[in-house]
Amino acid sequence: MNYHKYSNKTGFSFSYVMLTLVVVFLFIPLFVVVFFSFNSAKGMQWDHASLVWYKTLIYDSPSLWAAFKNSLIIALTSSITATTLGTLAAIGIKWYRFHGRSYITTVSYLPMVLPEVIIGISMLIFFSAVKVRLGMFTIFVAHTTFNLPFVFMMVSARLDEFDYSTVEAARDLGANERQTLTKVIIPSIIPAVLSGFLMCITMSLEDFVITFFVSGPGSGTLPLYVYSMIRYGVSPVINALSFVMILGTMIIAFIFRKFLKTVAASS
Amino acid sequence: MKKTLKPREREQLLGTIYGGPMGLWFTLFFTVPLGIIILYSFLKRGLYGGVVWEFTLTAYKQMFNPSFAMVVIRTLWISVLSTFLCILIAIPCGYAMAKSKHQTFLLFLIIIPFWTNSLIRIYAWISILSTEGFINSLLIRLGLIDEGLKLIYNNGAVVLVLIYMYLPFAILPLFTTIDKFDFSLFDAARDLGATKLGSIVRVLFPNIKSGLSTAFIFTFIPIFGAYTVPLLVGGKDSTMIGNIIVDQVSKTRNWPLASAFSMILTLISLIGVFWMLYNGKREQMQKEGGLKKTTQQALEHNVKAHHTHRGTK
Repeated sequence: MNYHKYSNKTGFSFSYVMLTLVVVFLFIPLFVVVFFSFNSAKGMQWDHASLVWYKTLIYDSPSLWAAFKNSLIIALTSSITATTLGTLAAIGIKWYRFHGRSYITTVSYLPMVLPEVIIGISMLIFFSAVKVRLGMFTIFVAHTTFNLPFVFMMVSARLDEFDYSTVEAARDLGANERQTLTKVIIPSIIPAVLSGFLMCITMSLEDFVITFFVSGPGSGTLPLYVYSMIRYGVSPVINALSFVMILGTMIIAFIFRKFLKTVAASS
Repeated sequence: MKKTLKPREREQLLGTIYGGPMGLWFTLFFTVPLGIIILYSFLKRGLYGGVVWEFTLTAYKQMFNPSFAMVVIRTLWISVLSTFLCILIAIPCGYAMAKSKHQTFLLFLIIIPFWTNSLIRIYAWISILSTEGFINSLLIRLGLIDEGLKLIYNNGAVVLVLIYMYLPFAILPLFTTIDKFDFSLFDAARDLGATKLGSIVRVLFPNIKSGLSTAFIFTFIPIFGAYTVPLLVGGKDSTMIGNIIVDQVSKTRNWPLASAFSMILTLISLIGVFWMLYNGKREQMQKEGGLKKTTQQALEHNVKAHHTHRGTK
């Protein structure tokens, strides 16, 4: 392509150097944490390589595993709820005109743009006002609420490309509403639904701020546990846990690779 | 007996069946809670948390208390500075990514630290910056310093970590818009005698305005509402509005004041979002020759463009 005519000479030097520096900047903290997770000593002075902190992480951290279990329960339940409600709403809003349609669309984008503190605090005050005890249920509600917009958005984006005449064809051939939904619409939007679901799981597992407000005794999730450990100071067990979590992130990003490509290509 | 519905009624019914549950969910768990906050900000505080049902503007007056006003000013300058630096760094990055042949790989590199748990990332910075942290241990071992430098628990550390946390929020939308930019315009400008810098400022920037405003908003809003970063790497004088809100709810138990501060955050965020929409809409109109887009579509468009890359808030 001829548009590289000028930019290759000068564009390369500055912007590429900058990008390289930024990538290094983004990764250095992660490398430091991972590196010291293999340190046998407790501090940031390198002693010798050891897996002792991984051993502690696996065999000697019962409360961490309890928190992880809570996280998994919340992630699964809230993601399933959000995926179901969000997918149905995306279908309804894409193809039907009904009362409250524009209200639903507007309100579904707001939780994504408002600061997390606001969502957390409003939920906390709401639950206290209606006298619901804080615990797993309130965390589930909060997570479903912040997950919903993502499913709704991702499924809506997929439906934009969906040819509505397929639905009409199904109806003409005698399919009822339920058959059209389960046999025609869902199968063709399933990749977007699954991406949405996976996104929900990721965000639910990672959320700290909102969970912090709506959690009660005994309902601590993994990020809350990490938070309480950080408050005590630097602990090598967190380093070990970090490496596991970074690996998890990489796997998820890898699963999303096709999605990233299509986004990069279509944008 | 099955009643046959008119097409219009049928559409109304189906739409409600499909969209209703989510609408109900958002009403109950988003709109109502936000409404309660607005209401509470005008009420009198209860003695042990909660509110007394009596209209008053005390909460809003309390915000002008010098110590709170200081926090608001600090939040503003920290947010503006961090956002500005983020965007300044992000422009060349987005540019380099848009020009690169390895876009997916580069997106990976930006997204992996971005999707890593935010507490882990803050923790990483604590272990790097703290008195016995990575940098100080390294410098002491090299014999350059005798005792640890104070790198953490100050505003500098807050700005540094905020930039680290939110840089991808600026890079991704800028990458998306620069990627759409027609680089042959650049060559045209150069052929007509513009300098490299001149063509960037006068040809590239006007064409990526919507990307710039999206990057600004999606970096500024979360930084403005930051809570964990000032709490964990900030010092005594690094409190931001987010911290006040949490303290007022959990420690001081002054719910009206917490609500009033939340209102400020919400209002500023909404102003930002509408400003972004306005910019996007104007650009759209210029491009499509006055073709009108509703605010709703513009919101969808901007949010989509931003969020398709990201997984976290």
